[in-house]
Amino acid sequence: MSAGWLSRIDAVEPKVHAFLHVDRSATGSGAGALAGMTVAIKDLIHVEGMPTTAGSKILEGFMPPFSATVVERLRAAGAVLVGKTNLDEFGMGSSCENSAYGPTMNPYDLKRTPGGSSGGSAAAVAAGMCEAALGTDTGGSIRLPAAFCNLVGLRPTYGRVSRWGSVAFASSLDQIGPMARTVDVCERVFHVIAGPDDRDATSARVPPPARTDVGLKGLRIGLPREYFGEGLAPEVERAVRAAATWYEGQGAKLVEVSLPHTNAALATYYLLAPSEASSNLARYDGVRFGRRADGVKGLRDMYERTRSEGFGAEVKRRIMLGTFALSAGYYDAYYVKAQKVRTLVRRDFDAALSKADVLLTPVSPTPAFELGAVKSPMALYLMDVFTIPSALAGLPGLALPGGFTDAGLPIGLQLTGRPFAEGELFSVARSYERAHPWHERTPALESS
Amino acid sequence: MKLSLDQVRRVAALSRLSLTSDEEARLAVDLQAVLDAAASLDTLDLRDVPPTAQVNLTESPLRRDVAVEPLGVKKALANAPDPVGSSFGVPKVIE
Repeated sequence: MSAGWLSRIDAVEPKVHAFLHVDRSATGSGAGALAGMTVAIKDLIHVEGMPTTAGSKILEGFMPPFSATVVERLRAAGAVLVGKTNLDEFGMGSSCENSAYGPTMNPYDLKRTPGGSSGGSAAAVAAGMCEAALGTDTGGSIRLPAAFCNLVGLRPTYGRVSRWGSVAFASSLDQIGPMARTVDVCERVFHVIAGPDDRDATSARVPPPARTDVGLKGLRIGLPREYFGEGLAPEVERAVRAAATWYEGQGAKLVEVSLPHTNAALATYYLLAPSEASSNLARYDGVRFGRRADGVKGLRDMYERTRSEGFGAEVKRRIMLGTFALSAGYYDAYYVKAQKVRTLVRRDFDAALSKADVLLTPVSPTPAFELGAVKSPMALYLMDVFTIPSALAGLPGLALPGGFTDAGLPIGLQLTGRPFAEGELFSVARSYERAHPWHERTPALESS
Repeated sequence: MKLSLDQVRRVAALSRLSLTSDEEARLAVDLQAVLDAAASLDTLDLRDVPPTAQVNLTESPLRRDVAVEPLGVKKALANAPDPVGSSFGVPKVIE
């Protein structure tokens, strides 16, 4: 498909708006593990020669002086880097509606969200404009859009993939990962980008994974009871339970497990991630890079006007929330308390993953919703209730296609594993995919 | 806890954000919703629970102390809104 990627972009991009920048002269190399593979990069990751906006007005026109480690590795493997994809500003959102450059549409239903924050990456792959894409996942930003767009998307173990050259949102949570239509392509991209990097102090000194095949016979698949309760759409629940039954039929053993702090994890995340964001985003002050407000009167005025004009509503909301949680008098009651609950969330997963080898869950409570339909920030935060807990625990999570609703919307399945067990997740997903080729159902963009 | 408008203004000042009165009012409501959700954490017994700041799943040893090519002044200043010689220009802070 590589040869036709540009004409495909010209044909469908006006309907989807997945890209913030397309490199029309992009080429790859004929050799390497990903020779000629077209890959789009979430616009939170630096590609030298292409602008980085992070979906924000505050970085409009910013040209990164270097490429991210993951980008260098993709280039060295021969990939064709076709462009930069749309996202919720700084990765803060679950619908791609928080981009300063307008929303992205879901290729399976253009009235609906592709999910977020890596919505542009998901839509680009789903619409056939590239074979794979990189996203970032802080609390679900790879897995949610993968689920909404019928894709395979991996949030790797914390530390598995270098973050050098990506724009920081919440540093104890951010991970870069691949998205693709099939398990095979997703895994191939993962193998290229994973592995230690001296330039990222949180990069784990663990050798890159090898492809493994895990037999399903005797495999213990955990179903956390808290993930199948109130608020879960019946069609989503049916798809996940059908997948569980299929695995059982292949010889796997279904185990009920409990993750008692699932709801507490959501509140914890929405204290911790904004706290880290408020610190990380302090760097956007109009001094060294990015936008500076015009006609400023002094330093303080420059900071305040630059940031107030440059940041969108959701980013301001999170900066405010984080600044509050870290402020004198509230630090212990909010930030430190949330860190303690994070410990309980980790212990939940330790216990569950001692009884089960992998966990099988929904990715989100509902399939893709209509753009503009979820109005309150809190309601949108609830979309992440099944992806946030494992992110807090630093565990790898894989979203994969699990079928469609009656209305034709994709439904995602989520596999969560032990630290550095991505190979197992890919293997367990591959078995399911062979028997359920949902990825072959591509969106009918031509007729819309 | 109940967040007052004055507290919203104080947090905005700490955040180096200047908000319109509409934004202040909206943020008071939005932040309150998150703080109300956070109140559910008060029911947990956290007395002997250590905080998790970072999920260090493996050790992160320091890299070897080897000099590498720096970014260089030209590249470092390339995105500056007001480059002055080899420095970043800012508004005057001393009268």
